[in-house]
Amino acid sequence: MEHEKLQGELRKKILSLHKMANSGHIGCSLSCIDIMISILKYKEPDDSFILSKGHAATALYTILNEIGEIPDEAMDTFYKNATTLPAHPAALKYPAIPFATGSLGHGLPLASGIAKAKKLKGAAGTSYVLMSDGETNEGTTWEGAHFAVANKLDNLLVFIDKNRLQGFGNTADILGDTAAAKVWDAIGFEVMEVDGHNINAMLDARQIMTGNKNGKPKLIIANTIKGKGIDYMENKMEWHYLPMSEAQYNDALNRIKIDYNV
Amino acid sequence: MRKHFSAHIEQLIDQHDDIVFVTGDLGYNALENLGVKMGNRFINAGVAEQNMIGVAAGMASQGYRVICYSIAPFIVYRCLEQIRNDLCFHNMPVYLVGNGGGYGYGIMGSSHHAIEDIACLSGLPNIRCYVPAFVEDMHVCLDEMFARRAPAYFRLGLGKKMPEYLSIRDFGAAGTENQKSELTIVAQSPVANNLVAALNGHPFKDRVELFIVNKMPVHQLPGELSASIARTKNVLTIEEHISIGGLGSAVSLLVNENSLPINKFISLHAEGYPNGLIGSQSYHQQISGLDEENISRIINSYF
Repeated sequence: MEHEKLQGELRKKILSLHKMANSGHIGCSLSCIDIMISILKYKEPDDSFILSKGHAATALYTILNEIGEIPDEAMDTFYKNATTLPAHPAALKYPAIPFATGSLGHGLPLASGIAKAKKLKGAAGTSYVLMSDGETNEGTTWEGAHFAVANKLDNLLVFIDKNRLQGFGNTADILGDTAAAKVWDAIGFEVMEVDGHNINAMLDARQIMTGNKNGKPKLIIANTIKGKGIDYMENKMEWHYLPMSEAQYNDALNRIKIDYNV
Repeated sequence: MRKHFSAHIEQLIDQHDDIVFVTGDLGYNALENLGVKMGNRFINAGVAEQNMIGVAAGMASQGYRVICYSIAPFIVYRCLEQIRNDLCFHNMPVYLVGNGGGYGYGIMGSSHHAIEDIACLSGLPNIRCYVPAFVEDMHVCLDEMFARRAPAYFRLGLGKKMPEYLSIRDFGAAGTENQKSELTIVAQSPVANNLVAALNGHPFKDRVELFIVNKMPVHQLPGELSASIARTKNVLTIEEHISIGGLGSAVSLLVNENSLPINKFISLHAEGYPNGLIGSQSYHQQISGLDEENISRIINSYF
């Protein structure tokens, strides 16, 4: 497995950051780290990326550290006083984090603006944004989606981390599936669905989408498992919030060792 | 003021190709020429103000200066979080232009009024609110706003020509120093026209000093305003905005921080809807005591 080692190593880093900080938001970082590897590890120089689900900041910090955008010394300050790496990304600290997020529903309009600016200038590159499926409850999702379609932003590629859980329940039980492919297709997006933990599948989908200049904005729905890789966290809402005990941390590291061979 | 504003923008876009104009589906009978002239740099973002601000921030991050246009209440209240997080936290050169601030849209009703806009915005990081009173200071504010390359809010009202006894200053406008003055009047927004009318032929006109402050927040008292207050010890502030978070409260705080002794301080401001009824802009100004007659009466009370 070509990417398995990196997927495992970055999971270990995410866990160690959360253990050091005794902090939550573990499950949501583990659900989208593979998506971020597929975007950021293979980023072109003119591409931009916004993590709209800012609560998955440890996944973002970890992959940005991996590709040299955040230094190791900064990683040691995560969640501590006077850090540049708080629980949600901060503004104006790293070029690779163009926008501070944390309140949901901001990323799509921002990424649409970047894509629109690229269109006006005739500039190259794709504007990427990663949203959560729960986040698509936000009204700005629908304002932004229609704007992207109306402005023919085929240089916009949205990923939705579809783990089917949100803040206080299953997405299906709350507002229904606001990240359903048919909804986005009906608005005018080009939509693909992939396994959000299969990096090769996501890279293939990405290549197809970015190569398709048909005037339609693009959406890749990445089906994921919240807490992916740690059996006792998988598909459990509480791992949006909980920190790990010492025993749970050691158990998680063992699980990654077995499953990812690292 | 809207036509002067539009003409000013038309001039700027000729000189600068990094300016983009985004409207929240408003501007009928005012922005048509601008739309034709700007071509694909004129964008109608639809009736979707929150998205409009996010899009503007995204475009600004790519090097554009972006004007976002709507009526004042729609561009302030609906998208306050987008303004704070996307624009202010990132110091993006996005210029929010709100037409008809204060009670400007009168009989359209309270949904169309913006009497708390400065309070909502002026405490946010990096933003500067421009509230010009006259056509002349509006042009100065516009030039400063475009040169500043940081978030701004521009409240566009029905300003008239500035009276000849005022001249432009960094903070807005002021009259000439008058050692015999006994009252310092500080006004903001086109409601200053009611003050100008009240002073016209007023028996105490030569015993007041007049200051127009057209930028918020005010972090320190301008030197000549401070000197005037120190001399007169009497202050009257006039604004078409609620007292909380507006000009009067800012001047009051700064007067106290500077330990300036005060005999009498009156703030005339928007009182909201004390009788629960709706009318024209001048009706609401009258209800709040911001009309020419009441301003004249209040000035008399100092002498």
